[in-house]
Amino acid sequence: MNAQELLRLADDELILGWRNSEWTGIAPFLEEDVAFSSIAQTEIGHARAWYELAANELETDADSLAFDREPDEYLCAPLVEMRMADDWARTIARHWLYETADRIRIQVLLNSVDRKVAGLAEKIDREETYHRIHAEMWAERLRDEPKFRDAVDELWPYALGVLPEEQRSLFCEAVERDESEAIERSGHTEGLRPLWEEMTMVRRSVPGASW
Amino acid sequence: MVTAERVWEALAEIPDPEIPVLSLVDLGVVRDVEVDGERVHVGFTPTFLGCPALEVMRDQMAERIRELGAEPDVEVLSEGWSSDWITEEGHRKLSDSGFAPPSGRAPATLVQIQTGTHPCPYCGSTDTRLDNLFGPTPCRSIRYCNACRQPFEQFKTL
Repeated sequence: MNAQELLRLADDELILGWRNSEWTGIAPFLEEDVAFSSIAQTEIGHARAWYELAANELETDADSLAFDREPDEYLCAPLVEMRMADDWARTIARHWLYETADRIRIQVLLNSVDRKVAGLAEKIDREETYHRIHAEMWAERLRDEPKFRDAVDELWPYALGVLPEEQRSLFCEAVERDESEAIERSGHTEGLRPLWEEMTMVRRSVPGASW
Repeated sequence: MVTAERVWEALAEIPDPEIPVLSLVDLGVVRDVEVDGERVHVGFTPTFLGCPALEVMRDQMAERIRELGAEPDVEVLSEGWSSDWITEEGHRKLSDSGFAPPSGRAPATLVQIQTGTHPCPYCGSTDTRLDNLFGPTPCRSIRYCNACRQPFEQFKTL
């Protein structure tokens, strides 16, 4: 697996982990405060593991890949960039769509000929089971809510863009929707730069410091 | 010269940084120990990838091996840890401290949300329910015992 493909996975997990962590302290109730914080922590842990594999190929380290690139160099899907920490219905719509897409690509990686990639996918797949239970429980609960349905409609083209074209028909089946025009990874939304500025602020304040 | 047995004993004295009733050996994160002269190789697999205790565990193992007069070589394995690797001794220690040990992986992946199968570590009743799939660390869930009205933490099945 080449470094660009690994970075797509890592960037998705890092940026979504960051967005999920924005619910810490302000979720609708305490259980969700804990849940979103925990999910954010595991997503960022998965990002680190993917960055480490990419760093081996690029002869750098995980932190440099996570924090020392310019916003334009990130390869994450636009779906994960948007700030939604004031809108629970959109957050759950994204969470459910992303976890479903992520399951599909992880299933493919389980069969990777690269033993390290397959091993990591196997471990991540088991951990993600808990994210999926949570996402599906919420999607079921909000299924008939107009705000949730509108959010799924709005985010569907973004969600398709998470996966490469050949995996999209599986995604359509999984969420029972028709394929539409996807919003690809070719550019970034307005959400990424402010997130990047906050995320890298401390590291940029003293370049090269050992924390 | 240090022996593999002595290294295992030393690692069994290191408490888990977040659940100190368990040692790293009880937790099953130490997969193998090989002694090659002055060099001690330890194969180690962290529990959850997002676990912040990873570095602490690695450093503590290295330090303990240095104390034995050997040169540590702690390798993080790509093999995925499973909660099935927590030892019997580990299960006993967890229960004794009011912490429900994980259920086995085999029956189903959704084992965590089943009712009537997870005994309360305080009173033993299986009339317990899941309060939150997520807890204070990635490896724990929160359950509630309807019989003795005691909330408790449960190690996640992984």
